[in-house]
Amino acid sequence: MKQGKIIRVAGPLVVASECLGAKMYDMVKISELGLIGEIIELKEDMAFIQVYEDTTGIGPEEPVFLTGKPLSVELGPGLIGSIYDGIQRPLDVIRSQKGDFVTRGIELPPLDREKKWNFLPLVKQGQEVSPGDFLGEVEETPLVKHRIMVPYGSAGKIVEIKKGKFSIEEIVARIQTENGLKEMKMYQTWSIRKNREVYERLMPEEPLTTGQRVLDTLFPIAKGGTACVPGPFGSGKTVVQHQLAKWSDAQIIVFVACGERGNEVADLLLSFPDLKDPHTGRPLMERTIIIANTSNMPVAAREASIYTGMTLAEYYRDMGYSVALMADSSSRWAEALREISGRMEEMPGEEGYPAYLASRIAEFYERAGKVICLGSDRRMGALSVIGAVSPPGGDLSDPVVQSTLKVVKVFWALDDKLANMRHFPAINWLLSYSLYIENIKGFLKNQVAEDFIAIRQETMQLLEEESELQEIARLVGVESLSERERLILESSRSIREDFLHQNAFHPQDTYTSLRKQYLMLRTIIHFHHQGLRALEEGRSLDEIVNLEVREKISKMKFLPEEDSDMLEIYIEVDNTFKKLLQSKE
Amino acid sequence: MYKEYLTVSNIVGPLVIVEKIEDVKYGELVEIESGDGLFRRGSVLDVSTEKAIVQVFEGTFGLDVDKSRVRFLGRSQQLGVSEEIIGRIFDGSGRPKDRGPQIIAKKMLDITGSPINPDARDYPSEFIQTGISTIDGMNPLVRGQKLPLFSGSGLPHARIAAQIARQAAVLGKEEKFAVVFGGMGITFEEANFFIEDFRNTGALERAVLFLNLANEPPIERIATPRLALTCAEYLAFDLDMHVLVILVDMTFYAEALREISAARKEIPGRRGYPGYLYTDLASMYERAGRIKGKKGSITLIPILTMPEDDKTHPIADLTGYITEGQIMLSREIHRKGIYAPIDVLPSLSRLKDKGIGEGKTREDHADVLNQLFACYARGKEARELALILGEAALMDIDKLYLSFAGLFEDEFVRQGEFESRSIINTLDLGWKLLHTIPRKELKRIRPEYLEKYYSEEK
Ligand SMILES: Nc1ncnc2c1ncn2[C@@H]1O[C@H](COP(=O)(O)OP(=O)(O)OP(=O)(O)O)[C@@H](O)[C@H]1O
Ligand SMILES: Nc1ncnc2c1ncn2[C@@H]1O[C@H](COP(=O)(O)OP(=O)(O)O)[C@@H](O)[C@H]1O
Ligand SMILES: [Mg+2]
Ligand SMILES: [Mg+2]
Repeated sequence: MKQGKIIRVAGPLVVASECLGAKMYDMVKISELGLIGEIIELKEDMAFIQVYEDTTGIGPEEPVFLTGKPLSVELGPGLIGSIYDGIQRPLDVIRSQKGDFVTRGIELPPLDREKKWNFLPLVKQGQEVSPGDFLGEVEETPLVKHRIMVPYGSAGKIVEIKKGKFSIEEIVARIQTENGLKEMKMYQTWSIRKNREVYERLMPEEPLTTGQRVLDTLFPIAKGGTACVPGPFGSGKTVVQHQLAKWSDAQIIVFVACGERGNEVADLLLSFPDLKDPHTGRPLMERTIIIANTSNMPVAAREASIYTGMTLAEYYRDMGYSVALMADSSSRWAEALREISGRMEEMPGEEGYPAYLASRIAEFYERAGKVICLGSDRRMGALSVIGAVSPPGGDLSDPVVQSTLKVVKVFWALDDKLANMRHFPAINWLLSYSLYIENIKGFLKNQVAEDFIAIRQETMQLLEEESELQEIARLVGVESLSERERLILESSRSIREDFLHQNAFHPQDTYTSLRKQYLMLRTIIHFHHQGLRALEEGRSLDEIVNLEVREKISKMKFLPEEDSDMLEIYIEVDNTFKKLLQSKE
Repeated sequence: MYKEYLTVSNIVGPLVIVEKIEDVKYGELVEIESGDGLFRRGSVLDVSTEKAIVQVFEGTFGLDVDKSRVRFLGRSQQLGVSEEIIGRIFDGSGRPKDRGPQIIAKKMLDITGSPINPDARDYPSEFIQTGISTIDGMNPLVRGQKLPLFSGSGLPHARIAAQIARQAAVLGKEEKFAVVFGGMGITFEEANFFIEDFRNTGALERAVLFLNLANEPPIERIATPRLALTCAEYLAFDLDMHVLVILVDMTFYAEALREISAARKEIPGRRGYPGYLYTDLASMYERAGRIKGKKGSITLIPILTMPEDDKTHPIADLTGYITEGQIMLSREIHRKGIYAPIDVLPSLSRLKDKGIGEGKTREDHADVLNQLFACYARGKEARELALILGEAALMDIDKLYLSFAGLFEDEFVRQGEFESRSIINTLDLGWKLLHTIPRKELKRIRPEYLEKYYSEEK
């Protein structure tokens, strides 16, 4: 292996000379310890290397080994259910071999080499295949059929295809290509910095349902869409991301814990094997991959971690799955970028971030999308991306927030004030938006209810009016408002407390199907309409707000998913008002 | 035995630049002997073929360029540990400060530590009763959590921290526990307050203190919390003890870091603090926790004073982004003469959910907590409205909430410095206050608990 020589060490940055021939983003190994690094700048014979492990004890004159290969991930069966660090080292294996603390210079393959998988061929001898075609499949977990695909760049005729139990290093097929005979194993490698090819990009048109009422009903994200959740500490970014990882109707979840807390990863690891996917009834771990580079792990690997996660997510999208990737938090990735850039003495842009921050963020989110995958069956896949952003002081003018808002289509603005009042999810309904409403309108009308969009619209409008009326009330007192206006305040309060507020830690409240969301909201709006009518008929506001049925409305969220319960309350609203109007004044 | 260099070329702030060096490693420990025969220690921050940049822990006061002798010690900074360390007081660099003997080390530990493998972490879930209602009832602490106190100058954070150290107990358990205290840049009086308090309760025998006082070298503060945490790791994971670590004052720590960064002419982040402050703080805070299969635990309470009570100040902000919640002290409540002046609304415990409930505290805990938050928040809103429009302009229901907020501060928040309330007492007190609000308003509480705990007569 070619070898350079270290001339400088400054934290996660190592500079080496005698590196002629090395390429940008090549992986290198540093010193006899074999610390892993990646070349991020070349200048004459010098290579600037970001190192993915702690560099304490490394010094000038020590060797740098040039592998000549880009930093890559392994793609094959065994990914699901794994927990990896930022450069795809298996943390569970590391723990069983090296103990409770992560040490340096560990080299372990990401995928198990021993495990045998039952390979079922999906092609026949003599068949012509092209990149993306399925050679066969293995059952990776009861939830996931892992399709072994013809790798990018290979096409030709199948000369041999096997069936039976194999490890990933064994050959399962041979293809006669233009450049000779190619042997196919069940895994391939791919550089993390390069997006995987697709046949065509499509417009998203189906919602990614999350079971979170404020998201699904007010600010939905589409399958293949992008969203961001910025907010100050403690406002609920991580809980939103965890809720999505738990309850969203994606088939594969890739969760990237990027520079955040170790205990949050422990939480996922300990709860996911027991939690059941509401759509399939299987343990959530059977569809989940976790990438964990917590805040105390090496900073440069944090930078790589979101690309590692993205590449794994793209790989499953290529099989035709709907995949969702969560990155918590993209700010930590940006800070890692800033730290390395600072050590390289690059010209800083805003807040010390490098000038290329915005373009890196845009490139990252652009890897999301709904696509037609490679492969002659023209199957569709989707990759949705949801990034948390942690701006200093919660200040949304932060460059990471601003650059992210330029590219993502959904903005869930977390609000400190709501969080302090323990209104969760603390998503500010006046600031947040979703640009997918138009795309998914048709789906919601067909699959949920014809009037879903109209009810949503009315809800948004009530909340808007509420904030204006509150402003007036603050200045001149509630007394100055008309009864009609005060009913609007009451109904909006009901929307906020009985519908938008959702406790992630309550067994029933934590997830609400789209159907139930619709039935709940329809009941609240129905009460509002009936209330308006009763006012017109001369009833007083007090009579209306003191109706018993309101307590039932406030408990709807705790009821099981049955339609009948919700319908009963709806009818009770009707009857209550009928009675009220019939009673004497 | 070590090669000596007389090649210091430049001294700036806390940094010394040594040239014509050989075989120097990043992070290496350095010993500098000045012309007057004094020894100082430092570590390598940046090394190239020509020169090494060394940060000097004791500061560079009185160092000169021509007579200083520099030795590179071939290892990073370490702490020697054994059981004997318990009950001892050290300075900010780990040298005995109590006139006791040197520790005969059974083990030498690197003070930077290694990250806990996330896969090895056990999720903290054992409720710690501190006896303080605003913590136990509203923002419960669990074993292995890192929960800072966000304070301001003149607020009684030391008294609260001492009260926690004094009263903290896991219900129904008698186990080996210890307190490790790291003081950075605090005054003699503050340090003495803790020492005396530990002495009076007998905790001093189970405590280890690392003290860097206000008049001691600022750069030494970079090492002090790491020494404390290294010691805590040894006690927790080698000796199976439950360790409570108190670090005061993280603000002075961060200022020392800023000083080094400024001397290196690094591009400053917000308010001049280095961009890596987050990572640096995380490398310490994340050392708290529990490990699967280990008996011991590290619970960490860092204390910081927010300049101008501003929680968006980088030190508070970044701490909040790393720790598992925060306990926020309030000047407003303090001015009303209420102890412990904790503002529950911006306070948070992120790990509470698995630590409370049936079998841990009481079945209704989570609901009561949520409801108290909601009522107090609404009460404070009403208070603001009343300020503008007068109390008379409030709706009847808002008047109830207004009086709730007052009662809450006066009865729930206010308590004695030596009063330890059981969690049952705290929850019952919560219910007592909730009885001032009509039942149908209590939307955060499950019907079955209302049935059980809310009697209409009260
Ligand atoms: N000591 C310093 N040296 C050089 N630049 C600095 C220094 N302190 C701050 N800056 C620059 O000024 C910018 C603003 O600093 P800072 O955020 O502390 O100001 P602020 O008072 O909080 O302003 P605002 O409240 O408007 O955000 C920083 O992002 C940084 O780029
Ligand atoms: N939907 C929710 N239901 C109940 N509690 C929540 C919810 N969202 C957030 N929380 C509370 O807020 C705390 C902070 O949330 P978290 O997601 O960790 O914040 P962030 O990631 O923004 O710092 C959580 O520990 C939890 O107590
Ligand atoms: Mg978070
Ligand atoms: Mg600023």
